[in-house]
Amino acid sequence: RTLRAGKLTERVLKLFIATGKDEVFSLIQALNIQVTVTPVLPTRALRPDLTSFMNEWRTIFSRFHLIIVKDPDLKEELKIPEGFNLDVYKKPDIDRVVGTSTSTIFSGYSCRYFGYLVSRKKYIISVDDDCYPAKDNKGILVDAVAQHITNLTTPATPFFFNTLYDPFTEGADFVRGYPFSLRSGVQCALSCGLWLNLADYDAPTQALKPEERNSRYVDAVLTVPARTLMPISGINIAFNREVIGPALLPSLRLGGEGKFRWETMEDIWSGMCVKVVCDHLGHGVKTGMPYVWRNDRGDAIASLRKEWEGVKLMEEVVPFFQSVRLSREAKTTEDCVAEVANVVKEQLGSKDPMFARAAKAMVDWVKLWKSVGSSTSSPGA
Amino acid sequence: MAEPATETQAAAPVVALLKNELDIVIPTIRNLDFLEMWRPFFQPYHLIIVQDGDPSKTIKVPEGFDYELYNRNDINRILGPKASCISFKDSACRCFGYMVSKKKYIFTIDDDCFVAKDPSGKAINALEQHIKNLLSPSTPFFFNTLYDPFREGADFVRGYPFSLREGVPTAASHGLWLNIPDYDAPTQLVKPLERNTRYVDAVLTIPKGTLFPMCGMNLAFNRELIGPAMYFGLMGDGQPIGRYDDMWAGWCTKVICDHLGLGVKTGLPYIFHSKASNPFVNLRKEYKGIYWQEEIIPFFQQAVLPKDCTTVQKCYIELAKQVKEKLSKVDPYFDKLADAMVTWIEAWDELNPTGPVPNGKAA
Repeated sequence: RTLRAGKLTERVLKLFIATGKDEVFSLIQALNIQVTVTPVLPTRALRPDLTSFMNEWRTIFSRFHLIIVKDPDLKEELKIPEGFNLDVYKKPDIDRVVGTSTSTIFSGYSCRYFGYLVSRKKYIISVDDDCYPAKDNKGILVDAVAQHITNLTTPATPFFFNTLYDPFTEGADFVRGYPFSLRSGVQCALSCGLWLNLADYDAPTQALKPEERNSRYVDAVLTVPARTLMPISGINIAFNREVIGPALLPSLRLGGEGKFRWETMEDIWSGMCVKVVCDHLGHGVKTGMPYVWRNDRGDAIASLRKEWEGVKLMEEVVPFFQSVRLSREAKTTEDCVAEVANVVKEQLGSKDPMFARAAKAMVDWVKLWKSVGSSTSSPGA
Repeated sequence: MAEPATETQAAAPVVALLKNELDIVIPTIRNLDFLEMWRPFFQPYHLIIVQDGDPSKTIKVPEGFDYELYNRNDINRILGPKASCISFKDSACRCFGYMVSKKKYIFTIDDDCFVAKDPSGKAINALEQHIKNLLSPSTPFFFNTLYDPFREGADFVRGYPFSLREGVPTAASHGLWLNIPDYDAPTQLVKPLERNTRYVDAVLTIPKGTLFPMCGMNLAFNRELIGPAMYFGLMGDGQPIGRYDDMWAGWCTKVICDHLGLGVKTGLPYIFHSKASNPFVNLRKEYKGIYWQEEIIPFFQQAVLPKDCTTVQKCYIELAKQVKEKLSKVDPYFDKLADAMVTWIEAWDELNPTGPVPNGKAA
């Protein structure tokens, strides 16, 4: 009846599924009703043995389609446990889809962008492979996927700050003084999660405070206000690929980029672009829950001996992005990214060849997205 | 389920930070029984009680508190004709307390706010947390995803520029409420049973350029940095609007803080808000505000202060001018309000004659 009335929305479908009735499930299967919102998790494989990572996440991930992208520089074979619905992409696959000259952009942490490129789902959730499910203040395991989906499927409120944080969460609402015209909010395009245990600190901070672990579970999700920039970490994020897919991009690569998160800035750079684009197009960005438990690894002091490139870079990058203003004509995400690339080239290109390369990478990415990213058929594994 | 802390008498003796530099301003029309519960945390401090309503009524202050009390007669006597800017029959009258205080910091709290408990069951010393917030820097220019980086156990995240890690002085600390949340009348009517039971263990700086609804129930500020901006407007008796006093002060304060490079924090501490005011009464007070805020918010969002406004008073006078120019057409009330804003500054400067102190840098 619901189908005939044309009223089968995702929410209604979820209600049917929640009844747990067998007849409902078999009907759904028989009619081949697809839930378009199934998230994809391109978990980048930076270490070959994914067994413990995937087993820890099994109860949460096994419902979804996984995309595993192997760092093209990783030589060893991947070890992946059974029982998941997944596609694995390795160097030969990447070469086949984008060509051997282009596949270099996907090395290291940037391999995740290949997953974003080839996915055909509406939502993407992306988690580093050194992160495990966290427990909340009550000791209950956090379903990071479910929380990201909630964040992405409820409105964001970037134009006025709500002091009780997310007004759409249960038990909360807009406070006195919040204009009614702003209470419907806007679409949330990006959900940035946080990390317990090893927080996403840079090398100097970790070297200075080697024992510091984040044990504070902050029970909140909030919208990052419009025109406010922040460091968007790639360790635990989710986004609406249909809305801002092209804006998450591999472009800035440090000269000394390494295999630990604090030796990279690619996600921070990409995150600045995404925020600027979201602000321009009127989409929201949320931050806060869900938390993941991030494991210790690496030696921050050893990383300090490398250049402080990334740290120094932010002194330029932040004021630059704060000053970027996109034109009224930029109405699509691709157009916005192309415009940002242009401004990067003009204003930063001469300061450091790294920026000039980043600008070119952004332009190339938009082209790649248009040819590979938005084709209707899957390129196949 | 949120409950107030009841065993505060047993609370460990507190080191009263800023004992001689902070006044607690409390507006009241009923009684001050709630102070008993706050005694271990408040007793070391000086109180300024602003008695609203009938001045012939005697408000009993619990024994052992050091206080000064002002009723309407005192306000009229001290300010003379300028007393017209201080509201009557509305808690907005509390800003008179800010004006007469001689201290550097102010903490203001409503008389239906009690001590809350944190998730471990411990009584929260809200004043102590406000002081910590005010004494540590704010970070309005770039958002830190781990919230206040100056709190123990936190820091700036990767990607946060080092040049911004010193932060700026904190002008105001906005606390929150467990139990009865600060909802407007329509929300109260739709959700009369909703209680805030979520303890969010965070303090964060509200980014530059972002406005917020500032609630006056649980608020502290640096009077030297931002005092003159904390005018709570014309509300209550004889006015077309109520329950927008703190909102108005908050919008003015935030615009001025953004201009002068000062920070505003929100989040901890929580207090336990016990009394839900009558939503029908609230609706009658607020309803004009609900329409007007649609015009007021864009006004504040677009307000630009000239570079030569280098003091709070100058900023405020300029804002008053812009209110008169741009908001009078919404309602003649704003014309009166703009005049009252100027009167307030005149009265402030009269009572605080050290002259304008340069506050921060003009943006």
